[in-house]
Amino acid sequence: MADVVVEARGLSKRFGALTAVDRLDFTVRRGEIFGLVGPDGAGKTTTMRMLASVMLPDDGQIEIDGIDVLRHPERTKQHVSYMPQRFGLYEDLTVDENIRFYADLFEVPPQVWRSRADAMLTASDMTTFRARLAGQLSGGMKQKLGLICALVHTPGVLLLDEPTTGVDPVSRREFWEILYGLRGEGVAMVISTAYLDEAERCDRLALLHRGAMVHCDTPAGLKARMPGAMIEIMAADPRPLWEIVRTLPGVKEVLLVGTGVHAHVDDADRRLPEIEQAIGAAGVAASRIARVSPSIEDLFVALLELNGKRD
Amino acid sequence: MTSESRITVDGLIKRFGDFVALDGISFAVGAGEIMGFLGPNGAGKSTLIRILCGLLRPSGGQASVAGIDVASDPEGVRRRIGYMSQKFSLYGDLSVVENLRFFGGIYGVPRSALDGQVAFVVEMAGLQGREDSLVATLAGGWKQRLALGAAILHRPSVLFLDEPTSGVDPQSRRRFWDLIHRLGADGVSVLVSTHYMDEAEYCNRIALINRGRLITLGTPHEIKARSVAGELLAVEAEDVGRAIAALREAPGVRNVAVFGRLLHVVVDDAAARASELKARLNALGMAGVRTERILPTMEDSFVHLVGRAGRSPEGAA
Ligand SMILES: Nc1ncnc2c1ncn2[C@@H]1O[C@H](COP(=O)(O)OP(=O)(O)OP(=O)(O)O)[C@@H](O)[C@H]1O
Ligand SMILES: Nc1ncnc2c1ncn2[C@@H]1O[C@H](COP(=O)(O)OP(=O)(O)OP(=O)(O)O)[C@@H](O)[C@H]1O
Ligand SMILES: [Mg+2]
Ligand SMILES: [Mg+2]
Repeated sequence: MADVVVEARGLSKRFGALTAVDRLDFTVRRGEIFGLVGPDGAGKTTTMRMLASVMLPDDGQIEIDGIDVLRHPERTKQHVSYMPQRFGLYEDLTVDENIRFYADLFEVPPQVWRSRADAMLTASDMTTFRARLAGQLSGGMKQKLGLICALVHTPGVLLLDEPTTGVDPVSRREFWEILYGLRGEGVAMVISTAYLDEAERCDRLALLHRGAMVHCDTPAGLKARMPGAMIEIMAADPRPLWEIVRTLPGVKEVLLVGTGVHAHVDDADRRLPEIEQAIGAAGVAASRIARVSPSIEDLFVALLELNGKRD
Repeated sequence: MTSESRITVDGLIKRFGDFVALDGISFAVGAGEIMGFLGPNGAGKSTLIRILCGLLRPSGGQASVAGIDVASDPEGVRRRIGYMSQKFSLYGDLSVVENLRFFGGIYGVPRSALDGQVAFVVEMAGLQGREDSLVATLAGGWKQRLALGAAILHRPSVLFLDEPTSGVDPQSRRRFWDLIHRLGADGVSVLVSTHYMDEAEYCNRIALINRGRLITLGTPHEIKARSVAGELLAVEAEDVGRAIAALREAPGVRNVAVFGRLLHVVVDDAAARASELKARLNALGMAGVRTERILPTMEDSFVHLVGRAGRSPEGAA
């Protein structure tokens, strides 16, 4: 396909006896946000590092913009911007000086990076702190500055490793708007995240587990693969509910979600009345029982379960 | 403030040069209470936690922790509390048990009690079977439970956790919260900051901080009930950008925010507006529009309460 920007084939990485990344195949197209999700240690960072050519794979191939990354790592540098999980800020430089430093490093013309930085500082509510030393910023402000530095230069491919960890909910929304803007400009993005609402915002998701790809599809496509159905039960105190529902027949898994539980059942029509009755018999008050479409979290638990990959 | 309070904070102020990071904060936390700190980046959560841990001097006001004044006896405070910082540090080249013994030494756990305490923490944090693993080889969720274990080795009655679950996967976060609840049930007072709104729901009470001020305090239920001015509809539409624009102009609509693939729309009357809004979107040629009345989530509350002057917190497309 002409608009494939990133292509990985058989990508593998071992550390001693551990296979951290296990024969991954995927492509990312122009203007696509491709999410890497999976439990801690699933291999997200290792995959990103290889795409960014800061680490060599043991096996497999990577092409970015048609260039063989392993053979010509230096040639892809200008095509890729990589934000590592721990971004290196200069703590003794100010916010502005850090941005400028990265802009110079990537040879971004001043008129380009200045207006871009202004917009991103506004979006992250940091304009009043431009002269503050990076070392004196709060944790989330540092993270936001790292993201701004990675985005002052926007080549065709952006690799963002958990870019919004520690970023507050309002700012996370703003950043997703920026990412959507870049998508509109045709940038291909690979992003890892521990926030499942963000996973839901990706165009396609790769679910990784112990280095291997368990599933890869659009969020809607993944949901369609989930066998059975989800039933949501809300209550002021969900713990007793959880205790009861998990023992009922046809219930595969029960997750506590904020002020209720999500029960993964084999057959909603059959189990919903049974659950209702069991809760009533136990004298536990529930404010709502209904079939809901699964959240991305429900889905991951179910899909890992389905593949016999629960720890 | 009652004598049962484990933490009392009264008019606390912190300045860094001209910048006011904490601007007169007051609250109290009881024994066994789990208090959550929410707030935008730079609100002052970590600054407040550091003051309460006796690591940073307040510029004004008063605070006491476990009955001890933080300004006059910061060392006394540090001996009685546990603290897990936003960037907790463990020794990667030491094993789980070696790390615990090391931190036990730092916290002054008597040698005679150390073995028992280490065993208690290993069990409590679910680290059995990993006692001899090098910390560098552990996944994030294990490290984080170990860091919590290290902070409670000396059995403090007050625990401060600054974004303990940052970047950890959902299942590990859930296990971590089970631990926090066990500690709360044992009478430990826990003050925990987080940016995960689902975790806020697990707290007994929540303090929402913005620009150095406490803007609301209450149970999760109270905060959700009082913060959203109106009723809430979830709207599903294919073209989110156009739907936002159309909904903003509709009568009775007070606010529109994006939640994943859904829009949360604050309206004056959910029952009356649901079909109106759907018809409006259909008239614009949008198919597959669904509306449903929902109760506000903690994220709805956060977005509404923190919405900053002169900008739209919902980040329209
Ligand atoms: N340099 C290294 N040496 C040895 N093992 C490593 C190295 N880097 C990563 N690993 C291991 O490889 C596996 C995958 O790690 P990776 O950092 O890619 O996971 P991740 O999905 O990014 O996890 P997280 O969500 O915690 O960031 C883990 O088991 C990790 O301990
Ligand atoms: N040593 C310092 N000198 C100057 N300003 C500081 C210093 N330490 C903190 N600040 C400022 O105080 C404010 C509050 O920071 P704090 O770390 O308490 O925020 P926070 O609520 O924990 O944010 P986050 O959610 O990002 O962790 C920020 O504006 C920060 O830049
Ligand atoms: Mg990682
Ligand atoms: Mg902080």
